[in-house]
Amino acid sequence: MDAFLTSRIIADVLGGLTNGVIYGMVALSLVLIWRSTGVLNFAQGAMPMFATYVGFALLSYHFGYWACAVAALIVGLAVGGLTERLVVRGLYGKPEINPIVVMVGFLIVLEAVAAAIWSSFPRSLPSPFSSIDWQLGGHPVSLSPFTVYEIGASIVVMLLVAALFRFTNLGLQLRASALAPEVSRLLGVRVGRLLTLGWMLSTAVGVVTTILVSSNFFTGLTPQVNDGIFAFGFIAAAVGGLESPVGAIVAGVSLGIILQFVQDYLNSNAQIIVALVVLIVALMVRPNGVFTKSSLRRV
Amino acid sequence: MIAIDNLSVSFGAVQALRDVTFRAETGQITAVLGANGAGKTTLLRTVSGLKEPKSGTIAMDGQALVHRKTEDIARMGVGHVPEGRGVIGEFTVEENLRLGAMTAKVNLKSGLEEQYDQFPVLGERRKQHAAKLSGGERQMLAMARALIAKPSVLLLDEPSLGLAPLVTAQLMHTIRSLCETNDLTVILVEQNASSALRIAHRAVVLHVGHVVANDEASVVAGDENLRQYYLGLVE
Repeated sequence: MDAFLTSRIIADVLGGLTNGVIYGMVALSLVLIWRSTGVLNFAQGAMPMFATYVGFALLSYHFGYWACAVAALIVGLAVGGLTERLVVRGLYGKPEINPIVVMVGFLIVLEAVAAAIWSSFPRSLPSPFSSIDWQLGGHPVSLSPFTVYEIGASIVVMLLVAALFRFTNLGLQLRASALAPEVSRLLGVRVGRLLTLGWMLSTAVGVVTTILVSSNFFTGLTPQVNDGIFAFGFIAAAVGGLESPVGAIVAGVSLGIILQFVQDYLNSNAQIIVALVVLIVALMVRPNGVFTKSSLRRV
Repeated sequence: MIAIDNLSVSFGAVQALRDVTFRAETGQITAVLGANGAGKTTLLRTVSGLKEPKSGTIAMDGQALVHRKTEDIARMGVGHVPEGRGVIGEFTVEENLRLGAMTAKVNLKSGLEEQYDQFPVLGERRKQHAAKLSGGERQMLAMARALIAKPSVLLLDEPSLGLAPLVTAQLMHTIRSLCETNDLTVILVEQNASSALRIAHRAVVLHVGHVVANDEASVVAGDENLRQYYLGLVE
């Protein structure tokens, strides 16, 4: 049993899971925004990056890790809401290329402003958990207190999002606004406010992933911290089907595990190539995504 | 009561409604009849605030509705069952009803019980996805979802569309009894003129955006010219 737990395969699965839940969360945020507003949010990584910088600026004022994390979440909610109201609202109902161009521009602006204020040097967030792997019979098990925190926090956030959508009145209204905005308005649902709330929530979810990734001793927080994660999260969303929240998470976790094996058995530079091959094959076999039920799309 | 005065609505250069004036009284069904493209659906969408009129006024019990947001008009007590019913297929029957009750200040539990009493088939299928319901059941659900919010006005857009004649007859009977028991102001838009005229108190006939008749339903039903030229009812 010990030999199994310390084996290379298990190490890859656990390592892949850690990255995969992050890709899954990015994919989930993309799907939620796409389904409710028809906008592919290319700034999905940059917005929470910016909020995380602002929140963790409090470190200089002797606030602790958790206080900064809460501040970053609050800033994330504000960034998401303001972006929807000031940047995105005018783009609804326009050709799909318009929001893409605007959001790519917004991504570049946010990264440039962050670099101008905080510089591009990695800033380490003082994680309260050790990154040193646990040992089992003298062998490391590819699992540290930090990775447990990373996986655990991701799963808790996903469960919270699922519970919000499934069990609460607010979640029901959010889903209704996305599925049938006009009918929802006829029933008195304030669709405009709910769309703002959707952007706030998805940015807050992004802040959680950004904090988790930047708390890793080996990466730290940079203006580009989410670029790679966004690319893999985007591929996961496209593979899972942009209409399917569950598909996004499953595809994200699977992609994380596949890429970990690629890194281990080939090399890390092959990861993006394999990810793109997975995307191309998936789109050739199921152009609407692996988990999308019908071939029809809402227009 | 809904009072519509000199209402004109246009889509670009196309005028959909011209100087439309009529009253829909409380406790009565006012049928709005006419061929395809007569402006019936546009009329209801304008009452609900989904479409801004070019000119004219709409008032509910003296309160102006024009220039208000759709969601505010709904919260004032206007229930609108749109063309094609607007049931959310991905939601269960009960979730659809919960959504209807949510923005109105009504008790969900007693509201659900009331609707399940009124439409027993919905109670039997409360956990099923709405996409699995038949056309008639969907229409019941759409009406129940509007009624659970206790509206004072009910706008029904082509409720008989796609239903078998027997189901349509039952539905019309239900609409009449709902109107009477709840003292509702009902505006019933229908292409199926004969079914609508059987239950309506008054009828307004639209022809390319104009009101060509506005009278007691029995009078409209008995007018040979209207029947032949505007309602397509030939003996």
